[in-house]
Amino acid sequence: MFDALLLLSLFGLTISVGIALYRIFHRSSTISDRVLLLDSLSFIIIGMVAIVSIYLDTVAFLEVILLIGILAFMSTIALSRFIERGVVIERRTDR
Amino acid sequence: MNEERIVEGVVLILVLLGTGITLISSLGVIRLPDVYTRAHATTKSATLGILCILLGTFVHFAYFHEIVSVRLLLGIVFVFLTAPVAGHMVIRSAHRSGVPLADISVQDMLKDDLERMAKQSEQDRSETADAKPGAQGGAESPEREEPAGGDSGQSGERERSEDSDPSKRESGETGPSV
Repeated sequence: MFDALLLLSLFGLTISVGIALYRIFHRSSTISDRVLLLDSLSFIIIGMVAIVSIYLDTVAFLEVILLIGILAFMSTIALSRFIERGVVIERRTDR
Repeated sequence: MNEERIVEGVVLILVLLGTGITLISSLGVIRLPDVYTRAHATTKSATLGILCILLGTFVHFAYFHEIVSVRLLLGIVFVFLTAPVAGHMVIRSAHRSGVPLADISVQDMLKDDLERMAKQSEQDRSETADAKPGAQGGAESPEREEPAGGDSGQSGERERSEDSDPSKRESGETGPSV
C-alpha cells in the first residue's frame, strides 16, 4: 500500500514534468517562459529524488537534492542576467 | 506497529499533498496566458508542493531510520529561500527585455513608473544643461550634448521592445546594475 501510493505520486510528478516540457517546447512560449519552466522542472526533479529515496529506503540520494537545488538556482540567475543585458558576469570595461 | 502505521500515514499524506499541489501548479502553467501570470504558478505553488514532499521525506527518515538529516534540512531551507528570488530575477529580466503582457491584462504599473522616472530624469538633465552655458560659456556645448544623446538612446532602447537579439542589446544597454 505504502509503496503503491509512493509510485502513484511519482507518476503524478511525471505528469508535471511532461506538462513543463510541453510548455518549454511549445511554439508560442518566450525565452523567459523557458527559463522559468526549467527552474520549476528542476524543483519537480528534486521532489522525485526525495520520493525515490523514500521508496528505496536509502539516504544516499539526499546530497543530490541539495546539489540540484544549488545548480538550478545558479543557472536560473545566470540565464536571466543573460536575457536582461547580454552578459552574465559584468566588468566595468563592458559598459 | 500501530505507531508505525500512523507515521507512514503522515508521510503518505505529506507526499500526496505535495504531488497534488505540484499538479495544480502544472495546470496553471498550461492555462495561464503569459509569462508574468505563469510565474505565480511556478514559483509559489510548486515550491509549496516540493516543500511538502521534502518534509515527508524528513519525517520518514527521522522516524524509521532515526536519522535527522541535516542535508535534507539544508535542502528545504535552500529551496524555500531561492525559489522566490529566482522567479523574481526571471520576471524582471522578462519585463526589461520587453516580453509583452497578455491581451487581457489591463495595467502595467512598472512600465508607467519607468516612463515617469525617465521623463523626470530628462527634465532634470535639461534644467542642468540650461543652467550650464550661462555659468561656463559656450565652449562646453559639445560635452553638454553627450549625456542627452546617451539618454535618448537608452529610452529608445527600452521602447524597442520586441528586440530579442542579445548582440544589439549589449551595445546599448545602460540600465542600472543589480
